[in-house]
Amino acid sequence: MIYLDNAATSWPKPPEVLKAMVDVLQHAGGNPGRSGHRLSIEAARVIYNAREDIARFFNIGDPSRVIFTSNATHAINLVLQGLLKPGDRVVTSSIEHNAVMRPLRSLEKQGLILHTVPCAPDGMLDMRSIAAAIDSHTRLVVLIHASNVMGTMLPVAEVAHLAHHAGALLLVDAAQTAGAVPIDMKAGRIDFLAFTGHKGLQGPPGIGGLVIGDHVDTSQVEPLMRGGTGSQSELELQPESLPDKFESGTPNIAGIAGLHAGIRWLMDRGIHIIREHELELTRNLINGLSSMPGIKVYGTSDLERRTAIISFTANNKEVSEIGLKLDDDYGILVRVGLHCAPAAHRTIGTFPGGTVRLAPGAFTTMDDVNKTIWAIEQIIAS
Amino acid sequence: MTEYGVILFYTTSSAMRAEKLLVAEGCSVKLIPVPRHLSSDCGVALRFNWQQQEKVKSVLDQAQVEVDAIHQL
Ligand SMILES: Cc1ncc(COP(=O)(O)O)c(C=O)c1O
Repeated sequence: MIYLDNAATSWPKPPEVLKAMVDVLQHAGGNPGRSGHRLSIEAARVIYNAREDIARFFNIGDPSRVIFTSNATHAINLVLQGLLKPGDRVVTSSIEHNAVMRPLRSLEKQGLILHTVPCAPDGMLDMRSIAAAIDSHTRLVVLIHASNVMGTMLPVAEVAHLAHHAGALLLVDAAQTAGAVPIDMKAGRIDFLAFTGHKGLQGPPGIGGLVIGDHVDTSQVEPLMRGGTGSQSELELQPESLPDKFESGTPNIAGIAGLHAGIRWLMDRGIHIIREHELELTRNLINGLSSMPGIKVYGTSDLERRTAIISFTANNKEVSEIGLKLDDDYGILVRVGLHCAPAAHRTIGTFPGGTVRLAPGAFTTMDDVNKTIWAIEQIIAS
Repeated sequence: MTEYGVILFYTTSSAMRAEKLLVAEGCSVKLIPVPRHLSSDCGVALRFNWQQQEKVKSVLDQAQVEVDAIHQL
């Protein structure tokens, strides 16, 4: 079997991740911080240590600004629903995931003013259009860091500059980039970074987070949920202190331990080395596919501005047929269709048919890639 | 007999951070349930050796760890 669906969720997971999850349930099984006995304290330590490494990984100073969530969707909703009010102006791109577009469209019905800046068919953002769209009434700019449809990366640091100049904040959807490319929130001046644990960060599903820049005033963000935090229990009002303000209810400690192990695994191996490997695989897939008649490959040709995602269509076969044949006849697992991002497919001209998406990962080999190219050649020739 | 002090925090995360910083500075500390006579909070507090109170305070001050209250036990 060849797994080429790492953009949906990475697989396999490093053995260290599985071990950390079992270990924490066996040895730190208390309810973190709630009860004050040794198993409860050990659980709280596990979570705190993860917070600290995540803060370091994305380069912010204060670990209490790492907010654990279930996934990127939850983190994005926390910011959008917690910060925005009717009448606020929001600028975003035309290649966002539904994790961003659905909450924004819903807020739009309640009076939010939404401005969508078009991207070129290869996904590249037109800097002049976005500069013109961000004005002094703009409250928030929301930007996908890399497209989950064609892998094109957007220039978040440049957009951060524009946003801050206009007095707006920047939320980056790093679902596809966290763990795949180095992210420095301080250097990139990112205010809110939403990530998910189960893709490039090598962790399990069901854990993600929101990382809040050191300078961001969090009193302007309302929590999505309110409830017990194990702290300030005498109060029936939600505490303002971080991370508790945004983390009510018993957390996913096995998920946090697995995510932490995934991040350590990445740090040990070196994120640059994994990126090099994935880009080499990406280059070969693009070259192999581009030389086949009737195949169109999407996304920018500038590899440095790409993640390991290769989307294509064939002029003689539907994408669903290619996907099914790859799975049934060759044991190659890919994802076809719209990838929860209809806006991105409209932008690249593949709506509503969608594309076949190949997403190699840290464990994919060059042999896997060569076999895949050969299999696709057979399928489109048949 | 050792005399202890206890630090109360607003969040469990701060208590964990304080423990880590103080252990790294060689202070002898222990996380304990919040003593009922000090607060009705259900979380954890950090017990320390009262003789080290100056050092403890300066370490937490320097790292800007938010502290709710410090009591002598
Ligand atoms: C760009 C992008 N944003 C958001 C998400 C949502 O991630 P999750 O399903 O883990 O919340 C995904 C992945 O599905 C994604 O690719």
